[in-house]
Amino acid sequence: MTLPWLLLFLPLAIAAANQLVLKKTGLAPLVSTASTLATFVIAVLLLGKNETSHFNWATIGDFSINIGLKLDQLSTGMMIVVTGVGLLVHIFSLAYMKEDEAKARYFTGLSLFMFSMTGIVLADNFIMTFMFWELVGLSSYLLIGHWYQKDSAADAAKKAFLCNRVGDFGFMIGILMLWGITGHLAFDSMKGGLESFIAANPAIAGGVLSAAVLCIFCGAIGKSAQLPLHVWLPDAMEGPTPVSALIHAATMVAAGVYMLFRLQFTLGFEHFTALQASTVIAWTGCITALVAALMATQQDDIKKILAYSTLSQLGYMVMAVGLVAGQAGMFHLFTHAWFKALLFLGSGAVIYACHHEQNIWKMGGLLKKMPLTGLTFAIGFAALIAVPFTSGFFSKEQILEAAHHQNPALFWIAALVAVLTPFYMTRLFVVAFLGKTKSENADHAHEVGPLMVGPLVILAVLGLIAGFPFVASKLSPAYVAPEHLIHFGTVTYVSIAALVIGVILGLVLYAGKEKDPVSIPLFKNRFYIDTIYDKGLVRYFQDAFAAIIAFFDELLINGLLVGGLSRAAESFGNIFRKVQSGSLQGYAFCFGLGVLLVVYFTAF
Amino acid sequence: MPSYLFWLFSTIMLIGGGAVIAFRNPVSSAMAVVTCFVGLAGLFIGLSAFFVGVIQILVYTGAVMVLFLFIIMLLDLKDEEKAAKPLLPIASGIALFLVFTVQLIGVLSRTPDKTAPPLDPATLASAAAGFAPTSKIATTLGQGKLPDVHLIGHTLFTDYNMPLQVLGVLLLVATVGVVVLSKRQAD
Amino acid sequence: MASLHDYLLVSGLLFAIGLAGVVVRRNIIIVFMCLELMLSAANLSLVAFSRFNPTPNGLPDYQGQMLVFFVITVAAAEVAVGLAIIVALYRARQTIHTDELTSLKG
Repeated sequence: MTLPWLLLFLPLAIAAANQLVLKKTGLAPLVSTASTLATFVIAVLLLGKNETSHFNWATIGDFSINIGLKLDQLSTGMMIVVTGVGLLVHIFSLAYMKEDEAKARYFTGLSLFMFSMTGIVLADNFIMTFMFWELVGLSSYLLIGHWYQKDSAADAAKKAFLCNRVGDFGFMIGILMLWGITGHLAFDSMKGGLESFIAANPAIAGGVLSAAVLCIFCGAIGKSAQLPLHVWLPDAMEGPTPVSALIHAATMVAAGVYMLFRLQFTLGFEHFTALQASTVIAWTGCITALVAALMATQQDDIKKILAYSTLSQLGYMVMAVGLVAGQAGMFHLFTHAWFKALLFLGSGAVIYACHHEQNIWKMGGLLKKMPLTGLTFAIGFAALIAVPFTSGFFSKEQILEAAHHQNPALFWIAALVAVLTPFYMTRLFVVAFLGKTKSENADHAHEVGPLMVGPLVILAVLGLIAGFPFVASKLSPAYVAPEHLIHFGTVTYVSIAALVIGVILGLVLYAGKEKDPVSIPLFKNRFYIDTIYDKGLVRYFQDAFAAIIAFFDELLINGLLVGGLSRAAESFGNIFRKVQSGSLQGYAFCFGLGVLLVVYFTAF
Repeated sequence: MPSYLFWLFSTIMLIGGGAVIAFRNPVSSAMAVVTCFVGLAGLFIGLSAFFVGVIQILVYTGAVMVLFLFIIMLLDLKDEEKAAKPLLPIASGIALFLVFTVQLIGVLSRTPDKTAPPLDPATLASAAAGFAPTSKIATTLGQGKLPDVHLIGHTLFTDYNMPLQVLGVLLLVATVGVVVLSKRQAD
Repeated sequence: MASLHDYLLVSGLLFAIGLAGVVVRRNIIIVFMCLELMLSAANLSLVAFSRFNPTPNGLPDYQGQMLVFFVITVAAAEVAVGLAIIVALYRARQTIHTDELTSLKG
């Protein structure tokens, strides 16, 4: 069992070494990348293992908390995604961040993130999950704010952290409730606890479990950026693009889905089928998918489009989990990780080539100038819009299948999203890669170096084949192979029809256009949700709370407690200072008085 | 010792002690200490502690106070100037003195008084039996006299041999310390 | 014949004079002399106890006089060291007045 521990702690050791020792030497990027390669190798070696190991971390009375690792198909498969995407992103970053001044800090952040994400995936109890959940939030904060000199990056980092904190609060309550229900925190013993609870309180068990699951879902809402806490993810695009690929597309945002699935897997799927919380989760995911797709149709920033598309795909996954078809969700997570990382890294290459131009209306014609990047981007694009026989097609099919089985309303909304996805992606591809170049920066673009193209090609291959059963059954965290590769039925017809409609709409509207012919302010401004948060929540609630807290802080804490204590200490000190006159006679007098008192107390 | 001699020496001693505080000139103070110690030596002898009385004169008055005078002259000290606030230390000194005296009288009034046991030739002769018959102490006691120095020497070199030698080391250390202290520090 | 209380009273008065002198005087050499007075006052009571509490064979108790002997010797050593310190102090500060030596003031 030393390998899993090495897998967990190697990135931490590397992060520490980078920050403390290697910062000045310029070795940090290479060391980090090498460590990620090592963890990837370990993850491959561990594939399919089934073990747990833990040690006691803290004991309070009868209650003890373990730090433990749990290896099963779910966690080892997820580790392949994390370390695989992580490795490619590290390699890509070597080139992308070559000229950055704070390379060492960037790679330290990446290593710290790898450590935290590994912790979430391998954790064998909820407390450990929660700790690493927070660590992931921290490393995401550090990486989004990597260019903290820019106000927008610093604000985005703060926003991401705060949104996550809101969700995490619910998550913590949920963990405590689950602990109260099952009496255990370790995944292995939870199921028994839950069953004895249900046997003891059959009347309230469903409601209590529902409440607990919803609270835990709050954590997933924050981390996986579901409505209404989705606002941080598009802003998080202020971070370096490889970070967006790793954290905000492939791994961290998927952690919420992973954790929900882990919860269902731990407690047993049978408890979730009729649970009200599952319905809420499914609808939240579905609405997020729709709203995010609508927002994506009107964005101009290449990374923002991809960010909203990520939101929308995460909505799919959450919906699948809510439909208690978590295998489909995890499968989509698995395929999505590759092709979305591919799209993000591709956009990173484009941005790099266009001298940090992110507006798609100032690109154009890039397919000719950057053929390899354009080609791999096209493959990612095909996988995302679910062209048959790409990886995205298989996984999306499974989700739609599940929705079709259980809830037609959800299915038709999901189908609408399946129209929107090809539409906005076609818009992106047509505007940015085809047609004429629309700005000087795009004119000067040329193919990027092998360090960037290499990861793109590998990801493109995976994006194509990851959906086939021979790959997915080995690598995917959870996968149920379908009976036929493609089962022709309503679902398949609808999704292919949606694909065709979406692509044709996109082509008709945007082929050869210089400016956006459609303008829908509602979508462009993201349904004004950010504005409402800014103007409503932040201004009134935050200001009011700030005033109250400031009052207490100034008066009670600062004035009475801290200031009062210090003033009291100071005045006492001054009294005693007078005694320290330095005058010998004074001391002798006190000494004499003392002698007299001693005589008095002994003799009288 | 007759009562009048006791009161005479006591008065000399207390007046000398008071004069130490009262004189402004350090040399006068030192002379007052000498006076005080002479009275004290008289009291010692009155208590039949002849040896202690003699070394009180020889060591204290003869050596220690000469050392004091020597230092006073070495430093060439002038009269002490009047303090800026002379009343406070004087008042506190008097208060201490008074409270201490009151306590002293209180303690004495609660404890039983004693008169001196006789040291007449008969008592001394009977005490001779405790010592070796041919020794100087036994013969002197037999003659009805108190062999004070011999008795002290006897006690010192039997019961107090070890402390005596430790004391020798202490004096050596003090000598070395004084030499080190008075050496001018090389800059 | 003076009684034990007479000796103890005289000895206590001398001690009180010494104590008052330490508090009142500012010249450190005189403070030092007053300390010697206090030591001698203690010696006097020791000798008085030695005389008034005889051993069973009727002789004075020489234990008390031993203590006086040691006190005198230690006091001699103390005077030597103390005066050396005063000389060193005078060299460093050009004063031996205690109200000018207040560098320990808080």
